[in-house]
Amino acid sequence: MPTFFEAKQLVTPGELLAEGEYQAGENTYVEAGKIFASRIGLVDLENKKVNVVALRAFYVPKPGDIVIGSVIEVGFNGWTIDIKAPYTAMLRASDVLSRPFKPQNDELSQVLDAGDLIVAKIASFDRAHDPQLTVGEPGLGKITRGQLMRVIPTKIPRVIGRKGSMISMIKTETNCQIILGLNGVILVTGKNPADEELAMKAIKKIEDESHTTGLTDRITQLLKEAKAKPEEIKQ
Amino acid sequence: MSEKHEKLIDKKGIRLDGRKADELRSLKLEVGVLPNADGSAYVEHGKNKILVGVFGPREVHPKHLMKADRMVLKCRYHMAPFSVPERKSPAPSRREVELSKVIRESLEPALFPELYPRTGIDVYVEVLQADGGTRCAAITAAALALADSGIPMRDLVVACAAGKVEDTVVLDLYDAEDKLGAADVPVAYMPNLNAVTLLQMDGQLSPEEFEKALNMAMEGCKKIYALQKEALKNKYMTTKVETKEETEE
Amino acid sequence: MSSPITKVRQRQIAQTMETGKRMDGRTLTDYREFTIEQGVIEKAEGSARVFLGKTQILVGIKVETGEPFPDTPNEGVMTVNAELVPLASPTYETGPPDETSIELARIVDRGIRESKAIDTEKLCIEPGKKVFVVFVDIYVLNYDGNLIDAAALAAMSALMNTKMPNYEIKDGELKLKQGYTQLPMKSHPVTVTIGKIGEKLIVDAAMEEEQVIDARLTMAINEEGNICAIQKGLSGYFTPQQLIEASKLAREKADEQRKKLKW
Repeated sequence: MPTFFEAKQLVTPGELLAEGEYQAGENTYVEAGKIFASRIGLVDLENKKVNVVALRAFYVPKPGDIVIGSVIEVGFNGWTIDIKAPYTAMLRASDVLSRPFKPQNDELSQVLDAGDLIVAKIASFDRAHDPQLTVGEPGLGKITRGQLMRVIPTKIPRVIGRKGSMISMIKTETNCQIILGLNGVILVTGKNPADEELAMKAIKKIEDESHTTGLTDRITQLLKEAKAKPEEIKQ
Repeated sequence: MSEKHEKLIDKKGIRLDGRKADELRSLKLEVGVLPNADGSAYVEHGKNKILVGVFGPREVHPKHLMKADRMVLKCRYHMAPFSVPERKSPAPSRREVELSKVIRESLEPALFPELYPRTGIDVYVEVLQADGGTRCAAITAAALALADSGIPMRDLVVACAAGKVEDTVVLDLYDAEDKLGAADVPVAYMPNLNAVTLLQMDGQLSPEEFEKALNMAMEGCKKIYALQKEALKNKYMTTKVETKEETEE
Repeated sequence: MSSPITKVRQRQIAQTMETGKRMDGRTLTDYREFTIEQGVIEKAEGSARVFLGKTQILVGIKVETGEPFPDTPNEGVMTVNAELVPLASPTYETGPPDETSIELARIVDRGIRESKAIDTEKLCIEPGKKVFVVFVDIYVLNYDGNLIDAAALAAMSALMNTKMPNYEIKDGELKLKQGYTQLPMKSHPVTVTIGKIGEKLIVDAAMEEEQVIDARLTMAINEEGNICAIQKGLSGYFTPQQLIEASKLAREKADEQRKKLKW
């Protein structure tokens, strides 16, 4: 009943991870009673469950997820939204107008036009149907300012940190509002571009170094140093 | 082939390019070389220089190729006009159409198509320079590009040819051996699942020679697999320190 | 490429094979009955029609003169083309050859070429300048599976039926003479395709069976039992052991066919 890895070891697809009484977790699969990795990532054992934290992955929609997307098409009764996923999402006009949609009166492109950005929640999604979005909750809807960046979606938990510690530190230190789309798209809104740049720099560092130790310390240091000599950040 | 040519392999069993019968050409593999692609890889296998870009999973175009219950893999193998001594027309040849198909079929067993219904993946192979064995080098690189794109895979796919020159079974034929030799057997292999996903042959081999060539090609594949893993890991090994970092629970 | 069959039917076919039998009563290693008619197209230099079960393929051979390839100035030229004619299946469409027909043509081509079936040196008229060009055109008339073996069989049968025009060279000009001679042949490859379903190997998959097999392996085999061409197809895989097993089976089946064909 062995395992074939050391904790946090970097593995590639197809590598044999464990045999016997173990459970196949994230980014693994079972064939003939053996557990193999299915993505490049760091392998870990959680009780009897073998997980691979993927270093490369894409976003797959899940109902309830908050995502950030852009309008790519204005249709007859709604919008097609690019949410950086294998599937494009739909936002119905009735969801935005919060009343029955009248094609003769409502000009949808005046509400949301191609190129506009939104924060939305995945309302539904299954194998046969593209994701449906909703913006009918506080904090959701059209984005009017701020800067966007993308990270690999699997890195979002690292950006959040334990109990939100990492993201709150960045927010406090940079004075920025930050919305983390679970699809890997992040909106940073600050009082000035320098603050936004700093927040984005910190997030990028988390993405690049998420598999290394002492990251929290290095992020703290980055933010503190930047505040001490702000001119360097502007470059 | 009726022309007299220099002996491809000498009495000591050394080939024209200095290799022993079961020796691979030099290999260089790089991952993540194209910023716009979802996954990419570059391979130099001997004088072959091949770039592979992967896009997807994404919406399938044209729409009628979409499958309600699974992801479709599309593949285009293409040779640059300047990749061979005489300019090759950029229009796809029949050979390229066939190779696109067999390369696709060599990669498909490594994927989980049922995971992402109604989507497609595009694998674009551009041969920048060709010197024999391009389909194999392309498969090795394509598997890396797929892994780099983050698509779940059963295994990496690695490919290498064996064949026969003069009367000897040899590994990894380059262009002159391919053209003047007696047989060429390209093989693609999933090393952890012990599964052959591409097998072709032209030339003539006895059943015993075929078995020998097949085994030699698979041994070659295993050696390339070690380099393939290393190339993939190298991309993420910039900082070697281990993580003990807390994540959101 | 074929009309999809229901999942129930697929399961039925697969389960029957598990018992070593097939829906039409064959064992896993039985071919369907085949018949060959030669010389069915008078205006072609050679032709043959093959029925393999309900699969029906016509091959016509045209022989013309043309230039040799620069690297083989003393040899005639052969080209193979395949058409999946729209009348052969409700799923075939008009248009340029797709990857299926190109692969079919190239597999048949490779079997004939690599076994050196045609004595191409005898097709040379004037070295480096003029040679005979043999056009092999495969016409799929009804699709019911295993196009590769049926097409290879039809192509070989048509080549063996091919008559070349007699000629003489007068003042550097090619003049046709009365009468014909047989296209010179050196070898007679037989092509066998094996399907893999789960752990089992089958031969001569019919259309419905082609939809349940994971992978296929085609081998062209000459009189000496040597392998002249191989092509693995479809999205599945073979283990190395299965490949060795398949190559043995292919040689057995090729021998069997060769006896029936008296090649």
